[in-house]
Amino acid sequence: MDRIYLDHASSMLIDPKVLEFAKKYLELEIGNPSSLHSAGLEAKRCVEEARTKIAELINAEEENSIIFTGSATESNNLAIRGTALRNIGKGKSVLASAIEHISVINPMKDLQKNGFTFSQVPVDSTGLIDLEKLKEVINSETIVTSIMYANSEIGTIEPIKEISEIVHEKGQYLHVDATAAAGRIPIDVQKDGIDLLTLSSNDLYGPQGVGALYVKKGVKLQPVVIGGGQERGLRSGTENLFGISGMGEAARLAKLEMVQESSRLTKIRDKLIDEILTIDESYLTGHRTLRLPHHASFRFSHIEGESILLNMDMYNIQVSTGSACSSKTLEPSHVLLAIGLKHEEAHGSMVMTLGKSNNMEQIPMIVKAVKETVERLRKLSPLSTQEVR
Amino acid sequence: MAQVGYSKKVMEHFMNPQNVGVIENADGYGKVGNPVCGDLMEIYIKVKDDKIEDIKFRTFGCGSAIATSSMVTELAKGMHIDEALKITRKDVADELNGLPPKKMHCSNLAADALHEAIEDYKRKKEGKTEPKKDKSATACDDESCHSFADVEEGF
Repeated sequence: MDRIYLDHASSMLIDPKVLEFAKKYLELEIGNPSSLHSAGLEAKRCVEEARTKIAELINAEEENSIIFTGSATESNNLAIRGTALRNIGKGKSVLASAIEHISVINPMKDLQKNGFTFSQVPVDSTGLIDLEKLKEVINSETIVTSIMYANSEIGTIEPIKEISEIVHEKGQYLHVDATAAAGRIPIDVQKDGIDLLTLSSNDLYGPQGVGALYVKKGVKLQPVVIGGGQERGLRSGTENLFGISGMGEAARLAKLEMVQESSRLTKIRDKLIDEILTIDESYLTGHRTLRLPHHASFRFSHIEGESILLNMDMYNIQVSTGSACSSKTLEPSHVLLAIGLKHEEAHGSMVMTLGKSNNMEQIPMIVKAVKETVERLRKLSPLSTQEVR
Repeated sequence: MAQVGYSKKVMEHFMNPQNVGVIENADGYGKVGNPVCGDLMEIYIKVKDDKIEDIKFRTFGCGSAIATSSMVTELAKGMHIDEALKITRKDVADELNGLPPKKMHCSNLAADALHEAIEDYKRKKEGKTEPKKDKSATACDDESCHSFADVEEGF
């Protein structure tokens, strides 16, 4: 059976148009952007062109606000460590939502070990940030507040503009991890009032191994990786020309195609959600409408997520899960616990993230596979009341 | 090269588990694990002349939890109970051509469930009437669930 890939939040195939555009930087003799000869200048132009394209995707006020990094994880580290350590005189508090990515939470926990106060703001059962609690917790000592634009495990889109107003009334900087949201919903860092924003190349159908951080003019941060002073001294290291030019082109295409592609995926998503929720004791995780267009996530009672993933793979359909068994720490997803699921409920999660390779015609096959998977695993499960034979 | 993912044998048992189900009026019943931890196994045995004549299982859990349950029932079927008590977690994992390191503890409880079922049978045979001790944990602080020293957590 042909592969039906439904794990675009984990990894995506590079867009062939992006590959075609960027592959010259692997094939040709291109200089180092720091060199002053013609080959170096050509490389420099490649980087600057990409920077402009990315600035346009998020409506950054100037292209110099974009810093290239090696990954979204590195961007998150730079945003958090960079602002916290540079502005230590203004306070020693950092703040994040309870559903942030581990690459936001772990740098904050690390700062906590070094004398910072780290607080987490809870979310409701749909994954929306508790704004009242945010108002309570934030204060003038809070150097950086990190809230994601949308969550990759449950698809919920946060009210970033409102959050920005709260953060700027009392605290200092707002960092937004837009890894899951960028290219899928419109992002305007100026209108939204964002100080730092993380982007991932691969999540835009660009090459893996590149990320970017938007840093608003005037935001003070110190580098994490130091050396030759590339990227305004904020991220040293010779530029990854293939990756950077590919990310730039991916951002340009994302801006161009977003409205149409997101509307196409929303229809597939809604059909998928409606069909899957006809299964007994199946539940949507995350918000029903304030939701990423490509995102459908569920939990099923009495069965376990890794088994769901393996069983779906037998139909050549690739999904994801927040089950403990699939994690390195053997703990269920902190996101699912944060929306109030019990451990045994969080174990039964399944996440589907759609992409360009998916279409309406695949829905019947996907739904059939999910129904059969759930039925088979429930027959095996002692928690299920379903008849054994 | 390090093994990636599950062995073929694990996947075979996951996809086609043997001896699934319950035995009505079983001679022995064992239950280990906890849904909170993500693994719960129960094993039913029918014993004749101290030999395991029939054995069935039901499991809530990941791929290795299901595969180890299936494998332990295959190993124990027809065995004398004294021999079956000697089946270890390692035996089960070895028969499946190994398990990923982090699965060796928390998702490899099938041998424990079998031993529970045999102990339950022995208790009944000796005519002891007190209710059997429920070994399934009530919270996820079960040692078996958290003995994963090989897993690195950053912070």
